[in-house]
Amino acid sequence: MQDRNDQKRNGPDFSRRDFLKGSAAAATATAVATQGPEEAAAANLKTNVFAATAQNVTLNVNGKNHTVKVEPRVTLLHVLRNTLNLTGCKEVDERSADGADTVMIDGKAVLAGSRLAIECEGKKIRTVESLRQGNKVDEVVSGFVKHDAMQCGFCTPGFVVATRVFLDKNPKASLGDIQKGLGGNICRCGTYQGITSCALEISKGGK
Amino acid sequence: MRPFEYARPQTEGEALDLLNDHDANTAVLAGGTDLVALLQSDLQAPERVVDIKQIESMQGVTADEDGILIGALTTLEEIAESPLLADYRSLGDVVDGVRAIQIQQMGTIGGDLCHLPNCWFYRNGYGLLALENGESLVADGDNRYHAIVGNQGPAKFVSAARFAPALIAWGADVKVIGPEPDASEWLPLEHFFVTPKVESQGISVLKPGQLISHVRLPAAANRISSTYEVLQMDGLDWPLATAAVTIDLDGSVVREASIVMGHVAPMPWVAHEAAQSLIGHAIDEVSATRAGEFAVAGATPLRDNAYKVQLAKTAVKRAVLAAAEMLEGGL
Amino acid sequence: MAERKVAWKARKDNSLIGSDITRIDGIEKASGHAKYAADINTAGTLFARLLTFKGGAAVVKTVDTADAEKTPGVRAVHVFNGPGKEVRWDGTIVAAVAADTPEQAEDGVRAIKVTYETKPHWVDEEDLAGATKAMRTKPLGDNQKGEVDAALKAAKHVHTGYYGIATISHMCLETHGSHCEWNGEDKLNVHLSTQNVSGTGGQFAGPLGLDASNVSITCNYIGGGFGSKFAADEWGLACAQLSKKAGKPVRLMLDRATELKIGGTRPSGFAKVTIAADAEGNITVWDSHHWGTSGIAGSTIALGQLPYCFDGIPNRNRKATGISTNTGPNRAWRAPPHPQLCAVTDTVIDDLAAKMGADSYDIFLKNLDKTKKPDVYAEEMKIGAKLIDWKAKWHAHGKGGGGAQKRGLGMALHQWGGRAGATTCTVKVHPDGAVETFLGSQDLGTGTRTVIAITLAETFGLGVADVKVNLGNNSYPKANPSGGSITVGGVTGPHRRAGLEALWKIYDLVAAKYKVAADSLSAKGGKILSAGKAVCTWKQACGLLGAMPLEVQGQGPKADGLTSQGVGGIQMADVTVDIETGIVKINELVAVQDCGLIIDELTARSQVYGGLIMGIAYALSEERVMDNRTGRFINADLENYKLPRIGDIGELKVHMYQPDSEYERGVVGLGEPPVISTGAAISNAVANATGVRVPVQPLTPQRVLEALKGGQA
Repeated sequence: MQDRNDQKRNGPDFSRRDFLKGSAAAATATAVATQGPEEAAAANLKTNVFAATAQNVTLNVNGKNHTVKVEPRVTLLHVLRNTLNLTGCKEVDERSADGADTVMIDGKAVLAGSRLAIECEGKKIRTVESLRQGNKVDEVVSGFVKHDAMQCGFCTPGFVVATRVFLDKNPKASLGDIQKGLGGNICRCGTYQGITSCALEISKGGK
Repeated sequence: MRPFEYARPQTEGEALDLLNDHDANTAVLAGGTDLVALLQSDLQAPERVVDIKQIESMQGVTADEDGILIGALTTLEEIAESPLLADYRSLGDVVDGVRAIQIQQMGTIGGDLCHLPNCWFYRNGYGLLALENGESLVADGDNRYHAIVGNQGPAKFVSAARFAPALIAWGADVKVIGPEPDASEWLPLEHFFVTPKVESQGISVLKPGQLISHVRLPAAANRISSTYEVLQMDGLDWPLATAAVTIDLDGSVVREASIVMGHVAPMPWVAHEAAQSLIGHAIDEVSATRAGEFAVAGATPLRDNAYKVQLAKTAVKRAVLAAAEMLEGGL
Repeated sequence: MAERKVAWKARKDNSLIGSDITRIDGIEKASGHAKYAADINTAGTLFARLLTFKGGAAVVKTVDTADAEKTPGVRAVHVFNGPGKEVRWDGTIVAAVAADTPEQAEDGVRAIKVTYETKPHWVDEEDLAGATKAMRTKPLGDNQKGEVDAALKAAKHVHTGYYGIATISHMCLETHGSHCEWNGEDKLNVHLSTQNVSGTGGQFAGPLGLDASNVSITCNYIGGGFGSKFAADEWGLACAQLSKKAGKPVRLMLDRATELKIGGTRPSGFAKVTIAADAEGNITVWDSHHWGTSGIAGSTIALGQLPYCFDGIPNRNRKATGISTNTGPNRAWRAPPHPQLCAVTDTVIDDLAAKMGADSYDIFLKNLDKTKKPDVYAEEMKIGAKLIDWKAKWHAHGKGGGGAQKRGLGMALHQWGGRAGATTCTVKVHPDGAVETFLGSQDLGTGTRTVIAITLAETFGLGVADVKVNLGNNSYPKANPSGGSITVGGVTGPHRRAGLEALWKIYDLVAAKYKVAADSLSAKGGKILSAGKAVCTWKQACGLLGAMPLEVQGQGPKADGLTSQGVGGIQMADVTVDIETGIVKINELVAVQDCGLIIDELTARSQVYGGLIMGIAYALSEERVMDNRTGRFINADLENYKLPRIGDIGELKVHMYQPDSEYERGVVGLGEPPVISTGAAISNAVANATGVRVPVQPLTPQRVLEALKGGQA
């Protein structure tokens, strides 16, 4: 019995090749991976192609540019958490079905675990940490505190960001709107009541 | 994730060029809500990921004399908010069912149509067909969420595409481009999906190096429509069964109808007899219920999922009633 | 001088205790600045990834890590289960790799080659007959009380039914794990996601051959535990070993699937029960056989606790059978095993009421004499009934309306201990008036910091923000592990004691300095008052301490009335069931909960809301799905392990039951009780709506439709 993960890797793009060919392809990819960016350039990669090796990627996070050296396969979530030490966004589920990794990109709510860092060049990224500047605290953050919309707090930052984006888009959200819009986040401790109250207070009950 | 190159084309032609390197062992990246998870779990291992998000020609919703053209990169949010799509209620119903601002703002219609199944055997690395020594793990395993129709071959997963039933019920076409830089073909969306007989067939007609660039909807022409998704949870969740209907009314009597079920078969399931049963009748509880019964008449549920027959039947009934604004209640 | 007695203030004299006070660490948490073990990134930190067994059972034949060791970026490889070791459930860790980046660690994991010899497995925990045939069962005792057969003959109403509740996972959002960093050869610093800050140092020290005093455990924040995070765990030790081998700090957190599979589960429970009552509805007989699994150990919920709460039923047979399954082991899950006990007791009582054609409320009420707290339950039921409008909404079972959507009501009740845990603390009052405390406790979400700050602030007449609470480190005075709802009682008692002792010393200094009677003094609003008039400010009073801070040790629990144990609580549910889809929606849930003296109403209510929502989860959607054929935990991801979201909770009404009689009892723990009876209350409401018992929770559309198809229970 082999490890099952190695048995089958399928999908429309991959599955049309037999597995042996896939393995050979993977070996090629490894060869590419060992090249530096300079070699990659020398290998005449097409315009707009970045080699599989670590690349200089400039990210604009919370108003500041950061140039990091990461492979294309590295997610935005990993760069924010592991490289930039912005750990408010959390890694909860590899499928990002929980929303704890929510950040703002150009004003939209984005699951940072479902974005490659290199995809985000030229975008304005905002993390939850930007919602507190010294003593200045965003109303969603203070509303979460006021309504005790947290227990362990691990899902809370992702929920705060989702709520911020949602209310920016729906400043007069009703209860029903809130329940539909914020269904992408999971809280295990069960703090939805406080989150609902907080969002409803800011949206003035949808009126 | 394994290492891969990353490419960021600006045009469709450039995208095709980039997708066809490496023997087309490449992957298309749009919203990322499915692909990145597939890469994370090593279910796909392309040599190059081609990020198509910057291709202008594939964005947004436009109208022409024949109908509506939707770029494959149009997000769920844009679909819900486009005034051009206001008459296509069944599409808005789908967006409404995706209860997460993140997915609404990230997810694209093209990505939805290419979404790989949520089948837990597939996601756990057993392949689309989940065959072990030629035997189906699904048939003999926990198949509570699997197909109830179109499941007599080896494929027993359910199609994950949430927009497909509504789009097919509207008679949408899809534009497939590639693999050659100038190759493109319009085909009915109904013909886009396949039920694979062998693992390598995948879930659609897309060949390596191809992608969906656009979806075209015919003019709404006063037709009514609805999608009814049976969602166990009120938040982000996969429907247990879906039905979409598009109906052309002559006064109060159905002149033409189209009914397509989702999440009940390896591909969107067109229920011809169910649609036919409506023609010549007014929409009411009786005709809607009958349509539901026709829709599941040939169902062949697996060991654990007979209950989905009831769900599919109900979804059809409720979609018909909802299209005519006659649905009351319903969870 | 009047006797100085340790006690809480008279209720009316409190400025803070019993009001709504927001968390002192709320902004840190909500703005993402709070650092969990999963967030620790000290310089050079390596990232670990795991290779796990994917199957039901096997013996490891070979593990080849040579290629992994050579993989770029990989710094260390650790094998948990080498050749010859049995791996007995899906998700068992075989090896771990630490590398410069998480991606390189994944490369390393992929490069490890493992071969297995497959062994037969059994993962079905509900199929008692099948498990018996597969030789997977073991008897776990039986006992009798009274005369069951005779009482059954004499009974007017007899009901027999099948009931159950599935296994669920703790599913902590922060997975189990740690960040380990060595300081030289023999000192280890661990950031551990733990409910047991004071008790885990030794668990690292022993196996690693260290002096326990050289292991530092830090946990300032923990992302969920629910009873599953008391230990260092094999992966914690592996993290330390990887770190040692690599000479760099390592962060090892379980991935989501592994968390679900081996991070802890709540055992299942299934039961066949016969219940009987006399003509008035007095329950006279309980006869049950229950079974379930805790994993390979093959245990099930304890025999001695059925029927739950209604221990006074006079005639009783009970029997338990355990099933050994190839599934990840159980761990204590919030109120073990009360939710399961309640799920197979209060549902049975409700079915008895249905059989009698009675209002379930009346039958519960009639039988309260068989519980430990009949008066409290009766009072709570009255409050609950008013909140949910029981009498107006009640209808006979199965009369939930004419259309596809049926509405119904259900109730259930629960009990819990909640004694104070053993905790010590050091309270420091500085000469400048600053107050701080140190203790090796942790905040699971309870609001530990906040209740401590409230206790000291109330005692000293200060504001909550004037108190600094230092917890989460094992160098601080020892505190109880947070499990069993013992923390709030555990930490507030010692702080009240220490606070009073410090205050009395300060009173003596003030009395001497300002020539006032010490027993006339009180502390309020940042001032020391004598007979209601300000003598000096708190700061001035503390200035009398001289150069050194005043340090007082607090201890507990003590039998001085600050804390107590034993709580009850009732819950009521109003649901709608769509009989065409089997979907159940919560319209309203009511919880009436007693817990003695409440320090912070806001966070106390949050605990109850949280209990209700976790209850909705196991009642309606979450369960571990084991696939028989593959032996896999097949839904170990958050798209298939279904948890309620913000739209799934209906309207929640929480009433904290705190008459003076409760206040006078002192503090009792609250974390677990509100999760216990939610499932049974919801199940009963579904039965009331439809007239059919859906036997096994969670009540998924599949189970609801199958039950409806089967007709009456």
